[in-house]
Amino acid sequence: MPTFVYMSRCDGCGQCVDICPSDIMHIDKTYRRAINIEPNMCWECYSCVKACPQDAIDVRGYADFAPLGHSVRVLREPEKGTISWKVKFRDGREKNFESPIRTTPWGTIKGPAEYSVPGAEDLNSQELAHEPDALNIEGGLPALRPDQLKVGVI
Amino acid sequence: MGWFGGRKTIHVESDILVVGGGMAGCGATYESRYWGRDLKIVCVEKANIERSGAVAQGLYAINCYMGMQWDENQPEDHVRYARNDLMGLVREDLGYDIARHVDSTVHKFEEWGLPIMKDPETGRYLREGSWQIMIHGESYKPIVAEAARKAATKIYNRIMITHLLTDKNNPNRTAGAVGFSVRTGDFYVFRAKAVIIGAGGASHIFKPRSVGEGMGRTWYAPWSSGSAYALPIQVGAKMTQMENRIVLTRFKDGYGPVGAYFLHLKTYTENAYGNEYESTWYDDTKELVGDYIDRHPVPTCLRNHAFLKEVAAGRGPIRMVTTEAFQDPHLETVGWENFLGMTIGQAVVWASQNIDPKETNPELTTSEPYVMGSHATCSGAWASGPEDYAPSEYQWGYNRMMTVEGLFGAGDTIGGSAHKFSSGSYTEGRIAAKAAVRYVMDMGDNSPEVSEAEFENLKQVVFQPMELYEVGRNEIVGGTVSPSYILPIHGLQRLEKIMDEYVGGTSTNYMTNEPLLLRGLELLAMLKEDMPKVAAEDLHQLQRTWELNHRLVTSESVTHHTLFRQETRWPGYYYRGDHMKLDDDDWHCFTLSQYDRESDEWKMEKAPVYHIVD
Repeated sequence: MPTFVYMSRCDGCGQCVDICPSDIMHIDKTYRRAINIEPNMCWECYSCVKACPQDAIDVRGYADFAPLGHSVRVLREPEKGTISWKVKFRDGREKNFESPIRTTPWGTIKGPAEYSVPGAEDLNSQELAHEPDALNIEGGLPALRPDQLKVGVI
Repeated sequence: MGWFGGRKTIHVESDILVVGGGMAGCGATYESRYWGRDLKIVCVEKANIERSGAVAQGLYAINCYMGMQWDENQPEDHVRYARNDLMGLVREDLGYDIARHVDSTVHKFEEWGLPIMKDPETGRYLREGSWQIMIHGESYKPIVAEAARKAATKIYNRIMITHLLTDKNNPNRTAGAVGFSVRTGDFYVFRAKAVIIGAGGASHIFKPRSVGEGMGRTWYAPWSSGSAYALPIQVGAKMTQMENRIVLTRFKDGYGPVGAYFLHLKTYTENAYGNEYESTWYDDTKELVGDYIDRHPVPTCLRNHAFLKEVAAGRGPIRMVTTEAFQDPHLETVGWENFLGMTIGQAVVWASQNIDPKETNPELTTSEPYVMGSHATCSGAWASGPEDYAPSEYQWGYNRMMTVEGLFGAGDTIGGSAHKFSSGSYTEGRIAAKAAVRYVMDMGDNSPEVSEAEFENLKQVVFQPMELYEVGRNEIVGGTVSPSYILPIHGLQRLEKIMDEYVGGTSTNYMTNEPLLLRGLELLAMLKEDMPKVAAEDLHQLQRTWELNHRLVTSESVTHHTLFRQETRWPGYYYRGDHMKLDDDDWHCFTLSQYDRESDEWKMEKAPVYHIVD
């Protein structure tokens, strides 16, 4: 379901251009507004729809299998930590859904360099960052013995 | 010097270069910083790491979580599961390694703010199945990207890596990578002591079922262009199990996932006449694969096989019986949110066709094949295993180092370690990164040297398609047909047609054989000869040109591997019509390939399979 952009709403800010994983949202040189330049490489991931501050981008189902008259609209509210969906069927039925998207404030993740520096000898162990504590198990990181691996057909 | 010799070249020095900022790349970036506090860690991504890779759209489940803290599973249980699902052939050393670490990754995701659903009675993570936990993962990628941004010295978005660089004094050692900015058109030379490939697997190498606009609605993301394979292959890294492409049973047209439907909603499939059909094909399947059909759970490919046989027998379409489960409003919500969280297109298909699964049992289909390394399949690079227990044949250096020195990989890139999914790919990135830090420290001042001649030559090669367009475009009045060039989409569609018709795509019902494969190789060779005639109108089309290059290299590898393995190991993924049966006597082994760019030849060999013995 490729995206398209409403002429009257888009202000050409380029956030969709910046976020599109497929590099198909571009700014049209004549109209200075966003345009999907390659609908057949659109995954309908909605990254641009969610990112658009003007609510200017929508989706129309792929022409080769989606009959007209439907709509799937989304409102992503990062500060609230929620995403809301409105699914409208071709025959007018509607379904609404809302889900959380994050449980902590944005920007609060502790970077790896903010943890104490691991000892030099730890670099030679099999444990990764935050292990074994982050595994929440007793007995440390599990391991196989070399003799537990054998050639054969099982 | 060509027209584009005047383009700016930007040089970036690094200790560790992470190519691809998806799940594996973000994991590698995070872990590199944890262990290498003073190192220069650079992550380069062709899109924007905030929404890139296979998880750009979000996920509704984490499919690889042991739950060791509640004694739900142990790592060896996961190895047995993956072995069974892949018909006996997985790198059990690599799989165990991911499984023993993956819980710490998932616990970190939760701490960072990823909403993981909880079982209201036990307080544990809500299980979808034995290995899957359910999440509200719309922002899975943005959360993981935030951690990576805090770890990297610098993240370079919108730069497509086209080639790896090799050491001037040792062609089997990596020295970095080159690429171009899709925005500015600058040429980038990244020097690195170690490179970790976290790039994506391959969609769009087999012709998709959908046509026209819908060709973007592939199961795996259209931006997964096989860079995970093409980059290492071209510098001579050995690859494994590239024939092991995957075919997915999914909801029709939107390719909406079925995992939560089967496992959590307890929906089930039936044929057009309301009958169960898998048991109909038990004897037929047993004839092909022996007692692999008796294993539990039934391997993914064999369930596909029964589906395909039933449809071929004229009793399609196969439908998912949803009308029972969806009477429960909670389960109905889960069913819809499952799509909205990771495959929104399926919700659109249902809305557009008035399919309410509460009232209608939706159709399923089998997808075109994909090549990747993290789902129920394990194509990828042949990598060194964990130092503490991997057999000597699987160990020649640092963990997750390929057969090229200093070249590491994770996620779709690494072969043999199936069923890692998002969390396992991230974890494998962490594993590779720790080993890469150790490699860099062990190397000390012994840095690889980049040859100026090499990258200057690559600069010409990289921008040549734009030069070709500038010149050739003047020859014609207009339009897309030129006597001097083809466009990237033309090359892509030729590639998809070759792979589809000769290497086991949907139009042959996944069937191929030696004569077809040999003919396919001839046609691929002609496409390869035509690649210098692919013209790019702008930087976007230049990206498409290099993606096509990567897909073509991947496809050649897939075809050589498919030719080499003279058996049908995974019926339901593909069939060798000339060797229809599974053959454990001769083919209970990994297939390995090595490409020699000087001679343009592929060398094939077998490697042994080590199993965990109880």
